[in-house]
Amino acid sequence: MTAIISLIPALPLLSFLIIALVGRLLPKKTVAILGVGSVTISAILTIIAGIDFLSSPPSGGAYTANLYTWMSSGNLSAGISFVLDPLSIVFCFVITFVGALIHLYSVEFMGGDDGFARFFAYMNLFVGSMLILVLADNLLLLYLGWEGVGLCSYLLIGFWYKEPENGYAARKAFIVTRIGDTAMILGLFLLFISFGTLNIQDLMQQASMKWVTGSPLAIISSLLLLGGALGKSAQLPLQTWLPDAMAGPSPVSALIHAATMVTAGVYLVTRVHVLFALAPVVMTAIAVIGAVTLLIAGFSALAQTDLKRVLAYSTISQIGYMFLAMGIGAWSAGVFHFMIHAFFKALLFLSGGAVIHLLNDEHDIFKMGGLQKKMPVVFVTFLIGAASLSALPLITAGFYSKDQILWFGWSSTISNHWLWLAGITGAFITSLYTFRLVFIAFFGELKTEPHHDAGKLMTVPLVVLAILSLVGGFIELPENLGPVHLFSKLFDRVLPVVNTGEEGQSELIFQIISAIVSLGGVYISYLLFYKKSSLAIRFRNSKLNNFFLSGWRFDRVYDTLFVKPSVWLSEIDKKDFVDLIYTSIAKTTEYFNFLVSKTQNGKLRWYVLFLTIGVAVLLTLMISL
Amino acid sequence: MVTVSMEIQILFASVLFLIGLVGFLVRRNVIFMLLSIEIMLNSAALVFVIAGSHWMQADGQVMFIFILTVSAAEVSVGLALILQMYHHYKTLDADALKKLRDMHETEKM
Repeated sequence: MTAIISLIPALPLLSFLIIALVGRLLPKKTVAILGVGSVTISAILTIIAGIDFLSSPPSGGAYTANLYTWMSSGNLSAGISFVLDPLSIVFCFVITFVGALIHLYSVEFMGGDDGFARFFAYMNLFVGSMLILVLADNLLLLYLGWEGVGLCSYLLIGFWYKEPENGYAARKAFIVTRIGDTAMILGLFLLFISFGTLNIQDLMQQASMKWVTGSPLAIISSLLLLGGALGKSAQLPLQTWLPDAMAGPSPVSALIHAATMVTAGVYLVTRVHVLFALAPVVMTAIAVIGAVTLLIAGFSALAQTDLKRVLAYSTISQIGYMFLAMGIGAWSAGVFHFMIHAFFKALLFLSGGAVIHLLNDEHDIFKMGGLQKKMPVVFVTFLIGAASLSALPLITAGFYSKDQILWFGWSSTISNHWLWLAGITGAFITSLYTFRLVFIAFFGELKTEPHHDAGKLMTVPLVVLAILSLVGGFIELPENLGPVHLFSKLFDRVLPVVNTGEEGQSELIFQIISAIVSLGGVYISYLLFYKKSSLAIRFRNSKLNNFFLSGWRFDRVYDTLFVKPSVWLSEIDKKDFVDLIYTSIAKTTEYFNFLVSKTQNGKLRWYVLFLTIGVAVLLTLMISL
Repeated sequence: MVTVSMEIQILFASVLFLIGLVGFLVRRNVIFMLLSIEIMLNSAALVFVIAGSHWMQADGQVMFIFILTVSAAEVSVGLALILQMYHHYKTLDADALKKLRDMHETEKM
């Protein structure tokens, strides 16, 4: 078991090393086999480990694999040691399985790109780091993976680095998430000072023994960890980097900025849920942040014209749901929504990416249209993804995961009916903007002719993900629909169950409400964007539309609040006294260099003249002395 | 035979050297520059002869022949270079060769 667990992250890292070192010399086919193969084998190993885990659960509830001591100094000791429990199995499964499909898709998508080997090297490094993140048994190793995925995100957003805007987007993502990461490392310091260990299990045990509920240290440390989670998961107030991160290639957006990395915050909070349970204030904050984020991002998605930006805002909004779920204590519902979201959002990004790719990098949805006949496979899979995202009742997986969150939003004792209202409003907006995308991009008259249909390597991952987006929800059914609870049963020993308080409330009413809401959203968007109601056109020209388009003007606010003052400050700092000394030294040297270099004019006669003058001076000196 | 004092002899050699130097500095034609170099060399060689006759030693004359040989070799190399230069630049202007210098980074652009 130890070997399997350690091989899961080791294989992609090994393949990264090979491709990074000699990828340039290898033919594209070898690179593709290495890149896709390593992740695929990891996925198979994860499935083997998962089946083994389910059929014969280990005594302690988790397998651990201690590989070696990474660092040991004083009472700090951190090992490269992995732990496999239900939570990490689910995350590993999504990372490797969806990752393998996306890698396969990339072989065709990136086929004509010069940076083919570079792309697969980064992608493999990402998968390896992400697996380290979710398998780590101590917070320091988790932080290593955390920073590793941040680095890969930076590298892949700026993958087409020849465009200056892509480099800007990459730096923005890096810096904004860094703010959260700084908070997180401070949180790690605080936890280490308090307990003298960074092992997650020990930490949780000691925290629940030593700290009382609501103690200030518990609140501060969980707030600091939450800061890291907010940055990585693009939640309010650190959400501004994700829409710009769409500058990267579409498979990157699917893997990193939809399915896996951005949900690392969800993983972190779930992993240390004991700590958060000790700070009810922070739990409420998580729920409120999730609710507000899902609304703000949902409204922003309504106005976007770039296909990928719609999906980016939708990702922020869906992660908002996961945070909402965690905030109200519905841990397994949050993780369930993470998994289903990974399926359908990766699907949407991949099929959306296929559309963009086949239309020669056309991102504007208003220049698409009428594509449902031209690329049937892409259209059908996109439609399935959209249906799952809008949580169309009964047939889609998104319905089961979102409905669970909404139900707990109403019934959980620590929830508030306002949170449910935010969630149900968000569900309405979700189906509105999702089908706006479908109607504008795929229906109507043809505006741009695609140059061919997607090839096999692209359609196979689409179909697999589409099937998962439909049937993935059946492993966890609501109580009144059937006694299938495979998913929450997996977690009953790891994560606390939701305290629903008052019994006897009918879940059915809420299911009907959310079904009506999502179908209503689809119908209204049909009226607005398919029938081309004048309201939609009036809205497009309104100021509110611009407000939503700019993502509620967060960028501008941050620009005036933080960027401009710091630029101003550094501008002043550049000319202060200390710098003046050093710059004047440099300036003087440069000036003399300028003078002396003037004498090197290439004219032989001048050189002789200077030589003569020099000799004359020396002779005079010798004689006069 | 009229004997000239050594100061006059040295002065003559110096004037010869100066003529060569000034000629080198003011002329742009490489052939004239080569000529000027020859004049300077000969003025230096003259000083050897003067010194040899002053101290009644044969070394000065030996040295003169030595310098003569060296300058003959130098002239042959110099003329070959001038020939090449003329082939290349179609001019004998020494200033035309200023492109041979190290260029400043900014000038290359």
